[in-house]
Amino acid sequence: MDRERFSSEPEARALVARIRELVDGPAALMEVCGTHTVAISRFGIRSLMPDDLRLLSGPGCPVCVTPQREIDRAIAVARDPRAIVVTFGDMMRVPGSGSTLEREKASGADVRIVYSPLDALEVASLSPDREVVFLGIGFETTSPTIAATVIAAEERGIANFSVLPLFKLVPPALHMLAALPGRALDGFICPGHVSTIIGSSAYEPVASRHNMPCVVVGFEPLDILGGIVMLLEQIREVRGGGDARVENEYGRAVTPEGNVRAQELLDRVFEVRDSDWREIGEIEKSGYGFSSEFVDYDARVKLDVDVPLDAEATGCICGEIMLGTKLPTDCPLFATRCVPRDPVGPCMVSSEGACAAFYKYERNEG
Amino acid sequence: MCLAIPGRITEVEGATGLVDFGGVTRETSLTLVPNAAPGDYVLVHAGFAIEILSEEEAEETLSLFRDLAGALGDEP
Ligand code: SF4
Repeated sequence: MDRERFSSEPEARALVARIRELVDGPAALMEVCGTHTVAISRFGIRSLMPDDLRLLSGPGCPVCVTPQREIDRAIAVARDPRAIVVTFGDMMRVPGSGSTLEREKASGADVRIVYSPLDALEVASLSPDREVVFLGIGFETTSPTIAATVIAAEERGIANFSVLPLFKLVPPALHMLAALPGRALDGFICPGHVSTIIGSSAYEPVASRHNMPCVVVGFEPLDILGGIVMLLEQIREVRGGGDARVENEYGRAVTPEGNVRAQELLDRVFEVRDSDWREIGEIEKSGYGFSSEFVDYDARVKLDVDVPLDAEATGCICGEIMLGTKLPTDCPLFATRCVPRDPVGPCMVSSEGACAAFYKYERNEG
Repeated sequence: MCLAIPGRITEVEGATGLVDFGGVTRETSLTLVPNAAPGDYVLVHAGFAIEILSEEEAEETLSLFRDLAGALGDEP
């Protein structure tokens, strides 16, 4: 229902004109959501912006920020014939230190792709003699669906099901980004569907502590252009001495308090922990482990697979891209040695990675 | 990864609903939206409805954009 209404051309033109009016000096906005990364690239929004306005892609792709070591762990699990690894498709081609899940599957490992974590539970109930390990990847949009699945496993008495918890939380990453020295960012395009769960009020501390404008934004062309207008208007106020705040462009899907039921499930099943982000490093309280009540579903505890530390870097500058200091085109490997078919770094692997989106939609632009 | 698709609930049975995505119908868990009812538009992610969409709010946002377009249209 949304697509057409939120793609109307006269409004889009008006919003672009307003953006041009509002930009009167260099400004940088960052989105932290792979769906925004792709939408901005696909709709060609960057090319409509005045030169002074930079649209940056932060660490918004959960696949891209999963440490290599965890990919290695998933691969080690997949090599055990007693296990079935079940995952969202995005994880299949992410390079570990020596292999990928896709390659393991080709050489006989039982790796299955599902659309919903509930499908993984079905796999477990049909294969009671195998341990079914679901790769628990995702931001706050996805983690409640996995929490609900774990609760369903308990209710149905399915004991051969576990989850490798690789979840990431968005607000702690925003705090880290906003506090980077040099203040390279002027505002956050906050992720619409993460916000559906956590609510727009979850960004209040980011806005107030760092005086950083935050606008929750949807994913259609008018949403993104409208969100940028709201941010630019706020940036004007902040530069004039005003206080930053949280605004919500995506009111049709996001309330200030978010999805309370989903939050309850998250609180029950998981516990906030420090978490390591690939190419960025550890961010305090930015991930989930299992709560003591559900520790039986923690694949890390249940299987105790040990893997070596991350291998050395490869010249990839994903880290700098995700921190907003570089664009994919600044990487010497971009579109030369690093291409989607044969990716060097994580931002080229996932279709939602900044480099992959640039490669697909924006490569030939000046 | 956080892609969520809007669809319309056509049937509810317990914590499961049938959701129509413009002609394609899919079974969807309503565990995260216990108040959802047939006729509601919901956002669906990974087999779960994650929120009920508000038509009122959608119109409100659009009318802001339309006002802006109108204001610009009035200029010479
Ligand atoms: S182009 Fe490839 S190597 Fe360069 S930053 Fe992107 S993912 Fe890393």
